[in-house]
Amino acid sequence: MAQYKLIHWNLNGKDVETMVDVRASLTDVLRNDYRMTSVKKGCEVGECGACNVIIDGECFNSCIYLAVWADGKHVRTLESLLGPNGELSDIQQAFVDEAAIQCGFCTPGFIMTAVEILESGKLYSDEELRKLLSGHLCRCTGYQNILRAVKKTMYRRLGKELPAE
Amino acid sequence: MYDIKALYEAQSVGEAVSLRLEHPDAHIIAGGSDVLIKMREGKLAGCELISIYGIDALRGVALEDDGTIRIGSLTSFSHITKSPIIQEHINVLGEAVDQVGGPQIRNIGTIGGNTCNGVTSADSASTLLAWDAIVELTGKEGVRRLPIRDFYIKAGVVDLHPDEIQTAILIPKEAYAGYQGHYIKYAMRNAMDIATTGCSVNVKLSADKKTMEDVRIAYGVAGPVPMRCPTAEALAKGKAVSAEVVEAFGQAVLEDINPRDSWRASKAFRQHIAVELAKRALQKSIELAGGAL
Repeated sequence: MAQYKLIHWNLNGKDVETMVDVRASLTDVLRNDYRMTSVKKGCEVGECGACNVIIDGECFNSCIYLAVWADGKHVRTLESLLGPNGELSDIQQAFVDEAAIQCGFCTPGFIMTAVEILESGKLYSDEELRKLLSGHLCRCTGYQNILRAVKKTMYRRLGKELPAE
Repeated sequence: MYDIKALYEAQSVGEAVSLRLEHPDAHIIAGGSDVLIKMREGKLAGCELISIYGIDALRGVALEDDGTIRIGSLTSFSHITKSPIIQEHINVLGEAVDQVGGPQIRNIGTIGGNTCNGVTSADSASTLLAWDAIVELTGKEGVRRLPIRDFYIKAGVVDLHPDEIQTAILIPKEAYAGYQGHYIKYAMRNAMDIATTGCSVNVKLSADKKTMEDVRIAYGVAGPVPMRCPTAEALAKGKAVSAEVVEAFGQAVLEDINPRDSWRASKAFRQHIAVELAKRALQKSIELAGGAL
């Protein structure tokens, strides 16, 4: 017998209420009910980071987050980064410029982690950035270009000059 | 969709205890980073769950009047690492839990779940054991406290009664004041891996930094549950700080530990690593405490 719960939450800046099946992961609800298809189903056991979203300011793998837990929370997906006319944000553009994308499957998850990193307003070393980005698997790029894209955007947002490599 | 038969959500500890009594077959889910993975594997498929994730009263780190550090059982690993209280008094615990999984896992994983699942490889467990942590359990009769070493019964089994949930981990002042410690996780990669062996050591030095007044060591994955090494501890306790004692301490852990062969590593390899980790972690702890070899 199916069990449902009505949750009140905020998705990408908009208050919403959703009747969710208690068996659903947040990935299921984001993709199926709201067509937030940037949220990828990768491993579905919390290892690959493709389903990563920001909940109340912190990153979570939405595949191992029960949808009912989103009640009262603020959830942000990659879709929230686009400008009013579909413009890319600086971090998305940096991923394009640095060839930090190939197949693109890991990209939305990586970018949401990058958003959390950038919004902290801190300047991190390469080693710290590698650790902060370590919850994502990418089988195309070899990670170096991703690190470069995040680092470049971090320096730009802090108004500092990017050190030569 | 997860194969969940029914989900009961507790908003308070009292409610969780009632739900435990009403639904004896249900499993407790905290952050879910173990439970939901088991469901995906089919191991817990079709079970009932009691979610305690919404009990905000069980989140946070606090310093009690008598100096006891109180870590709410639902405190996430990342919040433990960021806590100023942890950083000041038992920094090694923050460092140890900062090696669990990856960043997103450390945001959802809880210290209560990490200990209640009874797994020997838990990154928090060896450090909690090595610092004489106390587990606080709340049931229908009230609160029960026991040393964490008695909490572990056997692999995957802890002393949690059918009406109880774990509500806090406590570290008494006498267990941390004056101690410095270090944790080393040996794994195949730096992120998203389970420890091949993990070793947590801490030491209390005399005022002149020449004598080890107390030494404590605990391992994960050196036996079916996280364990202390009484032989090695007795050998080092009261001895002068020296390279010889550190060496003998490392060899002595072999008297206490009981690692097994598994697909991750052989028993022989784990024993070799255990000796090396003990020496390195003790050396580092001595340095942190202001001593020198």
